[in-house]
Amino acid sequence: MKVKVVVMPKAAVLDPQGNAVRDAMRHLGMPEVRSVRIGKYMEIEADGENGELESRLHELCRDLLSNPVIEDYELQKEKPAKRKRTK
Amino acid sequence: MKFAVIQFPGSNCDQDCIAAINGIAGLKAEYIWHKETSLDNFDAIVLPGGFAYGDYLRCGAIARFSPIMRAVTSDARAGKLVLGTCNGFQILCEAGLLPGALVRNRSLRFVCDMVTTRVEVDDSPFTHGCQKGSLLRLPIAHGEGCFFADTETLRNLNDNRQVILRYADSRGRILPESNPNGSIESIAGICNRERNVFGLMPHPDRASDARLGSADGAKIFRSMMQTITANSATSERSKQVA
Repeated sequence: MKVKVVVMPKAAVLDPQGNAVRDAMRHLGMPEVRSVRIGKYMEIEADGENGELESRLHELCRDLLSNPVIEDYELQKEKPAKRKRTK
Repeated sequence: MKFAVIQFPGSNCDQDCIAAINGIAGLKAEYIWHKETSLDNFDAIVLPGGFAYGDYLRCGAIARFSPIMRAVTSDARAGKLVLGTCNGFQILCEAGLLPGALVRNRSLRFVCDMVTTRVEVDDSPFTHGCQKGSLLRLPIAHGEGCFFADTETLRNLNDNRQVILRYADSRGRILPESNPNGSIESIAGICNRERNVFGLMPHPDRASDARLGSADGAKIFRSMMQTITANSATSERSKQVA
C-alpha cells in the first residue's frame, strides 16, 4: 500500500514560516497572494492492502506523524497501479 | 535524595542538569539512559534540554516513545515530581503529560539569551521557595519555544493556576517586548493539573551558580527537594498513625 500523508498547522496556530514566504511572494511581484501555510508531506509505503493496516496507519498519524494539538492530517491512499491488459 | 536525569540520544544539557543538581547539598543526580525501563530508585525525574532524536518530525515527537517514557508517565501519574527543561518541556507536551505544544519561534530565529521570568505561582512544588511576583533570571536557547494552547486549554491553565512562569521585563512587567519567542500570554513554564509535572523553556540547569551569571535556577531544584522532604515526612507520620 502506498499512502500520502499531509500534515498542516491548524488555522488557530500561527505559521510564521508561511507568513515569511507569503511576504517574499508579494515582494517578488505577486501582491495577490493572500496567505501561505506550510505543512509536511510524507510518502509511505507499507506491505499489505487491507483496511486494518489503514486504520493502524491512521492511529500513527494521530500519535506520531502529527500532533493533534497544533496540526491536522490527511491520509490519501494511492490507487494500486492497474495492470496493462494484454490483447 | 536522588534525581534521575534522562539521557535521550541528542540530549545535550544532561551534564548541566547533573552539575546543577549535584551542586545542591543533599541532592544527588544520576544519568539514566532512555532505554531503561524503571525509575523506582529515584525521588524525582528531570528531562534535560537538547535535541532528542535530532528533533526530527517535531521536537519531542520521537523521544516520547522511548522505553523510559513509560516509567516517566506511570511515576508522574503516581505523583512523583517531574521537571522538563527546554527539550524536556517539549517532550512532556508531546507525551501528553502537559497540555499545549511548543512551536517555531514567532521570529523564526533560534534565540539564545538571558531572560527574566516572573513567578506566577508561589505554592507549587517547584517554586514555593520563590515569592509570587519575584523574578528569576534564566537563560534560554531554543528555536521552537513558542508556547501554544487553544482557548479552552488556556482558560483552564489560568483558572487552575498552572502557569508558573511568564517572560517579563527587568521590572516584572509582562510586555510584548519581553516575550522572546511569541509564546501565548508570555507563558514560559506550566505545570499539570496535579501540579507534580513542570515544564519550562528556560534553563534552570544553566543558572544554578552565580559564576554563570545567575543562581536563580537553583531555587527550582531546592524547592523540589523541600517538597519531597515535606511529603516523605507526611507519609512517615501517616504510617506511624496507621
